Amino acid sequence: MPASALVSRLEAICGDEYVLTHPHALATYGSDGLTQYHQTPLAVARPGTAEQVQAVVRVCFEARVPFVARGAGTGLSGGALPVAEGVLIALSRLRRILSVDLDDGAVVVEPGVTNTAISRAVSPTHFYPPDPSSQIVCSIGGNVAENSGGAHCFKYGFTTNYVTGLEVVLSDGTVVELGRDDPGYDLLGAFVGSEGTLGVATRIRLRVIPVPESVRTLVAFFEDTSAAADAVTAIVSAGIVPGAIEMMDRLSIKAAEAATHAGYRLDAGAALIVELDGPREECTARFDHVMTLCTEAGARDVRVAQSEDERALIWKTRKAAFAAMGRIAPAYYVQDGVIPRTRLSEVLGKIDELATAYGLQVANVFHAGDGNLHPLVCYDSACEGEPERAEELAGLIVKACVEAGGSITGEHGVGVDKKRYMPDMFSEPDLEAFQRLRCAFDPHGLANPGKVMPTPRLCGEVPGPYRAHPLERAGVAERF
Amino acid sequence: MLARASAEGQTIRLRGGGTKLDWGANRAESRIELCTGRMSRIVEHNAGDLTAVLEAGARLADAQERFASAGQMLALDPPLAAAGSSDAAATIGGIVASGDSGPLRHRYGAPRDLVLGVTVALGDGTIAQSGGKVIKNVAGYDLAKLFSGSFGTLGLILSVNVRLHPKPAGTATALGSGAEPGTVAAAALALAAAPLELDALDIAWRAGRGGVLARCGGANPVERSRRAAEMLGAAGLEDVDVTDEDEALWERQRAGQRSREGAVVRVSARPSMLADVLRAAELCGGAVVGRAALGVSYVEVEPAEAERLLAALPAGAHGMLQDAPPELRSAIDPWGVQEGPALELMRQVKSRFDPTGVCNPRVFVGGI
Repeated sequence: MPASALVSRLEAICGDEYVLTHPHALATYGSDGLTQYHQTPLAVARPGTAEQVQAVVRVCFEARVPFVARGAGTGLSGGALPVAEGVLIALSRLRRILSVDLDDGAVVVEPGVTNTAISRAVSPTHFYPPDPSSQIVCSIGGNVAENSGGAHCFKYGFTTNYVTGLEVVLSDGTVVELGRDDPGYDLLGAFVGSEGTLGVATRIRLRVIPVPESVRTLVAFFEDTSAAADAVTAIVSAGIVPGAIEMMDRLSIKAAEAATHAGYRLDAGAALIVELDGPREECTARFDHVMTLCTEAGARDVRVAQSEDERALIWKTRKAAFAAMGRIAPAYYVQDGVIPRTRLSEVLGKIDELATAYGLQVANVFHAGDGNLHPLVCYDSACEGEPERAEELAGLIVKACVEAGGSITGEHGVGVDKKRYMPDMFSEPDLEAFQRLRCAFDPHGLANPGKVMPTPRLCGEVPGPYRAHPLERAGVAERF
Repeated sequence: MLARASAEGQTIRLRGGGTKLDWGANRAESRIELCTGRMSRIVEHNAGDLTAVLEAGARLADAQERFASAGQMLALDPPLAAAGSSDAAATIGGIVASGDSGPLRHRYGAPRDLVLGVTVALGDGTIAQSGGKVIKNVAGYDLAKLFSGSFGTLGLILSVNVRLHPKPAGTATALGSGAEPGTVAAAALALAAAPLELDALDIAWRAGRGGVLARCGGANPVERSRRAAEMLGAAGLEDVDVTDEDEALWERQRAGQRSREGAVVRVSARPSMLADVLRAAELCGGAVVGRAALGVSYVEVEPAEAERLLAALPAGAHGMLQDAPPELRSAIDPWGVQEGPALELMRQVKSRFDPTGVCNPRVFVGGI
């Protein structure tokens, strides 16, 4: 099918104004939140209904043209990077909340609905726990594709623990309904976090839970990250599961404080935010214990939020840390490695050593409870060779995480950015097993190709499943 | 063994502790049985990281004893797996492969929510890993979920990496009963919507009477259970009580998920359909235990009543036969699955992971 014919068919499905082909319009969609990568697609289709999504995918399938689904484009691994000669399917028009049923603790939404809008739709009694920092703009469809986490997932879990049903358009345009308690394979579980490579979710059913009755938040300042890490270990070892437990190092405190003026101590080597939530009896009993443990681990200053405003300010500073890095360096490269929490001090020490050796600044902002690091490798594109050095350093940090028994990505996804590190974590047979799943869903490799897997792979023919010979079924013969 | 069987066109029946061997469709005869019993090591228990690595044949009860010594637990409590019990034969591999769970699913989820990674041998003998050993990880496809509940039809689970949780310092349970399904169900839903952070929220029903059980764990479980009990009373339940000697109550809930002589239909429905599920069970002389907030119920009936029960379930509820005599499992499809695109996709998955059909042939949905 010539490109012009493909575009005409897309226009017939979505309406002329919802198919973009002008280079300026396409440029807007050339990158997601990871702007180091840029690619211009053949066309951008902006369907307005699930049926239109299905029709767009079917046209792509018939033309054997790859497609990439995109939500709000806030992803940090290049997962929504377009494919040249492919169609980018922007889902931002599918933003209806289809039903809210608090008796069932369930909401059904379209993929373009923002993460925050879901909690808003079920407030004030309920909320949707996964809360990536981009939650006010990021879409739930993107969250499903990436299995997004956030600050509260140590206690509450990830997107995958809350998705109870999906309507998915497969790469050939077939629509399947997947439910969490349906008999058969957990295809729902396999789909969440598959980074758009198994199909496009057009309808999403989510579990929401009651808002905790009581929330207590503190920020404790330590001499260095090692002392703060000791506090984290002490808290978790005491059997306490905080709603959130976040750490910022000296550099990120400096940047974030300059942005929000929340009163974070600039002379501290680490700030630890601990938030406990739950029934009031539990919260009260645990909170005093947490304060004691922080002090015992050497906290110089422990500040307890006395009001909702103070709590919001503590969080604003934490969530602003990424954006505020602009005050420290013109650009940064963010990593998303995970380590077993008990290796925190060791790996942070290693990152320090590497940063010194490379002559670059690395700020650390991370989810301390689950060992998910977000080292921000700062660089200046104007300095020759610095972007490359930063990227190399970021790669070594990822490898240090894998060597410590962790993962190359905790919540940002593999996308295009981290696929080169996949062989550090998985052997060839592991990758081949992944490809089997991919081929079962998308044998032609049309859905978001070039992501996740380190090298392009094709799907072989399916050997037909074994079917019993009629004589066998009749009990006349037996297979040996 | 799998590679050889695949090359020779043999089939293999995979098994763990043998506690759920008759679930699913009646099996095709396999000349080879592969038992994980000798792969029973607790390979790692990383207490500081709240993670562990278990070989598939490890009995959950044994692993729990080990975790308990560090004040931790694997938050899975299916039947036949309680530490210290004489019939706790269920292995972690079997529990994951069958997706079985118990009352703790209310708070902590099913096996698929607690498994961080798996090592598996596929139908052609390829050994592959997915996931990792850290609690947060999105690298690669989540094959651990795909293998959870796959009944050994994609390959053999060799070992699993799991997330652990702190064992609550104490527990207490609020309970109340009633004779009207609507009242019992409404009381359970009221608790489901309350911010009490319950460890478990179950219902039970037998012979015209039922009840709600709400378990609290933590530093102050009795006080919180009293609040739960007040809500049960306000919702119209009788005999409302709180006890901190609650282990036997929950063992009974777990045991109610299984049946030696009868049939057990596992019902999944919207939580708001609970009253109708109870009425359907009552109509067929059934006994129910279940997870009120998740809409999952286990209904035990006489085998002769199973079909009537399936027909009496409210629209939108799905029934699946678990324990049942072989005749019944021949007479009706235990999975109750319709042909359609989802089943077709499952067949594609099977043909990719076990191309020659070596593993547990024909026990699963749609003859997989």
